[in-house]
Amino acid sequence: MINYTAIYSLILREIKVFLREKERILSILISPLLFLFVIGRGVKAEVAIHNYTYQQFIFPGILAMVILFTSITYGLYIIWDKRLDFLKEVLVAPISRATLFWGKAIGGIFGSMIETIILILIGSIFIIKINLLQALLILISAIFISTMLISIGLAIGGKMKSMEGFGLVMSFLTWPMFFFSGALFEIKDTQHYLKIISMINPFTYCVDIMRKILINYSSFNIYLDIFMIFLWLIINSYIAIRIFGNLQQTK
Amino acid sequence: MDTVIKTYELTKKFGHITAVNSINLEIYKGETLALLGPNGAGKTTFISMLSTLVKSTSGTATLCNIDINRDPLGVRKKIGIVFQEPSTDDLLTARENLYLHSMLYGLNKNEINKKIDEIMGIVGLYERKDDFVRTFSGGMRRRLEIARGLLHEPQVLFLDEPTLGLDPSSRKNIWQYIKYIKEKNKTTIILTTHYMEEADLLSDRIAIIDYGKIVALDTPNNLKNKLGRDIVILKGDISEEIKKLDFVLNVENIEHGCKITLKDINKNLKELINKAGSFEEIEIRRVSLEDVFFKFTGHKIEEGKENNGIFETIARYKTTGK
Repeated sequence: MINYTAIYSLILREIKVFLREKERILSILISPLLFLFVIGRGVKAEVAIHNYTYQQFIFPGILAMVILFTSITYGLYIIWDKRLDFLKEVLVAPISRATLFWGKAIGGIFGSMIETIILILIGSIFIIKINLLQALLILISAIFISTMLISIGLAIGGKMKSMEGFGLVMSFLTWPMFFFSGALFEIKDTQHYLKIISMINPFTYCVDIMRKILINYSSFNIYLDIFMIFLWLIINSYIAIRIFGNLQQTK
Repeated sequence: MDTVIKTYELTKKFGHITAVNSINLEIYKGETLALLGPNGAGKTTFISMLSTLVKSTSGTATLCNIDINRDPLGVRKKIGIVFQEPSTDDLLTARENLYLHSMLYGLNKNEINKKIDEIMGIVGLYERKDDFVRTFSGGMRRRLEIARGLLHEPQVLFLDEPTLGLDPSSRKNIWQYIKYIKEKNKTTIILTTHYMEEADLLSDRIAIIDYGKIVALDTPNNLKNKLGRDIVILKGDISEEIKKLDFVLNVENIEHGCKITLKDINKNLKELINKAGSFEEIEIRRVSLEDVFFKFTGHKIEEGKENNGIFETIARYKTTGK
């Protein structure tokens, strides 16, 4: 059912394309850096949470944000493949749709990794001390977080017909996922309705696990975080594979 | 002759519009079949179903005895396809495109490089193999796509409008490669086109498709013979008498005159001219595929106008047209 050579070839393609489109790497970093250095520094004087400055407190959340944006954008990019007809070449190849999905999903992890590493470097220079073990743990979590989020992007991208929906997904899904995740505030001390929305948001647990690793503080039990990330990974990838199974030539 | 593809009442509907209407067709091993038809006739939908990219609404087909609906993966292993729109990856080099393709089709790793070099030589792109595809011209891209479609040595090659939008010299170039493949590999080729000369030049048989149905299917020569061999176009005040002549097969009224198809022109031209009355202009030529095409689709389209409203016609073009 799963063809590993094919997965490898799809991953290879994604890595090559990613490395050749360097503008994408930069453009995705802009919003996180604005949050980190404008809001992070700007609000610093007023609140300090758990002995960390506000900037240090939101840094793990921004790290997760980079993964969120890279992953969802990557997933939605499959619409481009559809538009440019490159997807047809893959759809007509003798590989199962599950193979296609995993090739695409794993291929996207590479991008998230590069962005994460860049942010770890920026963070360790300007914001917070990060040791090697922490960096390693962040990267390992990033693999699963990224796959979980890419599945969402691929599922939506697989359903969408044109790139016009891209902005819509960004404003109605990606940004709300980010704001309702506790990346910018502490969930425990917040309004009741915010808490409820945050708890059904898969991204909340991604932020929480990053915070646990970096500043040893978390709103939920770490095992709950891991469980929720894997649960959503299974749900999302299942849905995405189903949608890929129904992918047909649109024109 | 061995049958490679057989379709059984193959049908595709988009909403209430029927793009492909219960086609029954048999395609033999090693032949080149051209699907000729106007835009939106259902050619692309037909081959998309055979190549498992679009699910049929009803009916089915077998390709190398594999059912397209039951085992699409099995079918995909046997086929190569060159799409109407460019489908090579711009951001990769020609060689990388072919390499990824080889891996997707599970070719033997040790042979891949050798094969790529060989096929790039065949399509005349060997010198450009390490260049990015975005630097290629339209004709070069097509050649690369044909090379890619052949890389895994498919039993059946689908070519969807292989020369659409290319300049005359690139078209000749592509035709040359298609002919070469046909002779060398004995690959069964199914080609869609709306260029008459392309169908005439490349195919063993032609299926004329209109409104999702096959309206004629035969060798190019037989199709032309059905109309008679020669056409005489007379302009001026032509007498009705000529319609009664027994060697006249068909008379079609055109602007300021008529178009006459007839048998045995050498014998009968003189009599025709005698009976025609006073004409100002005469033109004599062989029946071309274009005449065949108009005979089969031209009158079809007019018939359709009466049956369908204008909106239905527009809707048909929107869903099936490009």
